[in-house]
Amino acid sequence: MITVDGVTKTYGGFLAVDDVSFTCRPGQVTGFLGPNGAGKSTTMRIMVGLTPATSGRVTIGGHRYADLPNPGRHVGVLLDASAQHAGRTGREVLTIGARTMGLPQGRVDEMLELVSLSRSESKRRVKNYSLGMRQRLGIAHALLGDPGILVLDEPANGLDPAGIHWMRGLLRQYAARGGTVLLSSHLLHEVERIADELILIGRGRIVAQGTKDELLASSGAYVKAVEAEALRDALARGGVQVTPSGDGFRSDAETVDIGRIAAEHRITLVELRPADGSGLEELFLQLTADTQRDTEPAPSGTRATEGAPA
Amino acid sequence: MSSSTLETPTLDVSGTPGIPMSRLVRVEMRKLVDTRASRWLLIAIVAITVLIVGIFFLNADRSERTFGNFMGTTATPQGFLLPVLGILLVTSEWGQRTALVTFTLMPVRGRVLAAKVVAALLAGVAAIVLAMAIAALGALVGGADRPWAHIGLDDIGKFGLLQVSGVLQGLAFGLLFLSSAAAIVTYFVLPTAFTIVANLWNALHDAAPWVDLGTAQQPLFGGTHMSGDQWLHLASATAIWVLLPFVVGLVRVLRAEVK
Repeated sequence: MITVDGVTKTYGGFLAVDDVSFTCRPGQVTGFLGPNGAGKSTTMRIMVGLTPATSGRVTIGGHRYADLPNPGRHVGVLLDASAQHAGRTGREVLTIGARTMGLPQGRVDEMLELVSLSRSESKRRVKNYSLGMRQRLGIAHALLGDPGILVLDEPANGLDPAGIHWMRGLLRQYAARGGTVLLSSHLLHEVERIADELILIGRGRIVAQGTKDELLASSGAYVKAVEAEALRDALARGGVQVTPSGDGFRSDAETVDIGRIAAEHRITLVELRPADGSGLEELFLQLTADTQRDTEPAPSGTRATEGAPA
Repeated sequence: MSSSTLETPTLDVSGTPGIPMSRLVRVEMRKLVDTRASRWLLIAIVAITVLIVGIFFLNADRSERTFGNFMGTTATPQGFLLPVLGILLVTSEWGQRTALVTFTLMPVRGRVLAAKVVAALLAGVAAIVLAMAIAALGALVGGADRPWAHIGLDDIGKFGLLQVSGVLQGLAFGLLFLSSAAAIVTYFVLPTAFTIVANLWNALHDAAPWVDLGTAQQPLFGGTHMSGDQWLHLASATAIWVLLPFVVGLVRVLRAEVK
C-alpha cells in the first residue's frame, strides 16, 4: 500500500508536482500515466526519499520510506535502468544489492534466471548491455529482496514486444499474489493492458484517476460517413457537436441520435459505434500534445492500435 | 486523513532487522575492487609502493637502506594515490548514478557515507601496512649497520596521520564536487597553488603554517619532535582543508536531490 498525500514539488518558480494524491493497493497494478516531463519520475523519487517534497507526504504501508528497516526487503524500486555502474557486470550489480540487503548469493542466480539473463550475459559489463537487458537487470534488482511493493519507472522502455509481454505476465502474477505494483509509462497502450487502476498526470497535476474500467468505459460515439461534410452540417443543425477524428468524427452524443439524424438526411454511414477508450485517449493525446514541442499531429495508425475494441 | 488511516493496512516491519553498519562497510569495500578502474587503482598503489622502494634500494648506499628511509620514499606516491581512492569511492556513485540505487537501499544517507569513510580508511591503513612490510623487508636485506635507527612508534603514527588525512581529504573533495574530474583536479591543483601564493605573498606568508596544509604537514616528515605550536598549525590547516570541505560536502549530499 502506497499512500501519496498532497505531494507538491517546486523548483524555484517551476511547479513540477502539484498537490498529487493517490493510493496504490495490494493485489493491484496501478498505472501512472503521463507524457514525458509530467512529473511521474519526480513523484516516484519523492516516494523513496531521493527527492525531498516541498510539501505533502508519502507513506509505504503507514511508514515513511526512510523509516523502513532494510527498505529493499519491502519495496522493490527501479527508477532508471541506466543508473548502474557501466564497469560492473550484471551479476556484480545484483550481488552488491543482495549483500546490502543481507541476502544469500543464491538469490542473485534466481533473479538472473527469472529475468532470463544467461550466465554469460550476467558476466558481461553493464556498458555492453542493450537497454532491454538493463531493464531486465533493473527488474531483477527490484525483485531481489522479495518485496511486497514494486515501484517501477518506465520499466517497459527498451524492451522488445516479447519482453513487454513477459513483464506484463510477471507483474500480473505478482499482483495476483497480493503484491502492490506502481508502474509509470508515457504510452497509454503499454499500461492499459496491465493496470487495474490508472492515474493520469499532466504538468504535475492529476487529471484523471480511477479503475481502468471506469476510465475506459465508453461514452459518446464515433461516426464515419461517405458524405463527411454533409454529416457534420446535419449534425450541427441537429445540435450535435463533433470533432474530426481520423476519417470520421467523434461526438459526445449517443449513437442512436447520430443515426437518426443521418437517416433523416439520407447520409450513408460506413461506421457508427460507441467511441473507444472514451475520453481517456483523447485526454491523454491532449496532454501529450500540450507538452510536446513539435505540433505535428499523432499519426492515426498509433491510435487505432491503442483503442480498445468497442 | 484520520478516516483513511484506519483502513490503511499497516506494513509490519517489526520482523525486519535493519542493515548493520558492518554490512554497509563490507559492501563499500567490495565497491573498491569490483570495477576495472578501482581494481587498477589498488594495483597501482601496490605496484608503485613496491617499485619506489625497489628503486631506492638499488640507488641508495648500504648505510642509507634503513626502515625509516624506505618508509619515507613510499609517502609521496601513496600520498598521491590514496586520496584518489577516497575521491572515486564517492564520485563514482554520482558519475555512474549508482547513488540512485545505493540511497534507495539505504535511505539514511549518513550511514552510507560513514561506511565509505570506514572503507576508505581501512584501505588506507592496508596501504600503510603494506608500505611498512616492504620497508621492513628492504631494511632486513639492505645491510645497513643500524637499519631500525631514527624511527619510533611516533614516526609511524605521524606517517599514518599524514595518509589518513589524505584519504579523508579525498573523500571531502569528492563529497564537495560529486564529480571525479573536478574533485581530482581541484584536490591536486588548489593546495599546491595555495602553497605557491602563500610563499610569494608576504601578508599570507606569516599565516601560512596556520592556513596552508603543505606547510603545516612539513614537520610530520621531519622525523623530529613536533612542538605544541606545530601541532596547532596542523590542526588549524587540517580543519580548513579537510574538515571544512568534508562538512560542506556532507551537508550537500545529505540534502541533495538524487537523480
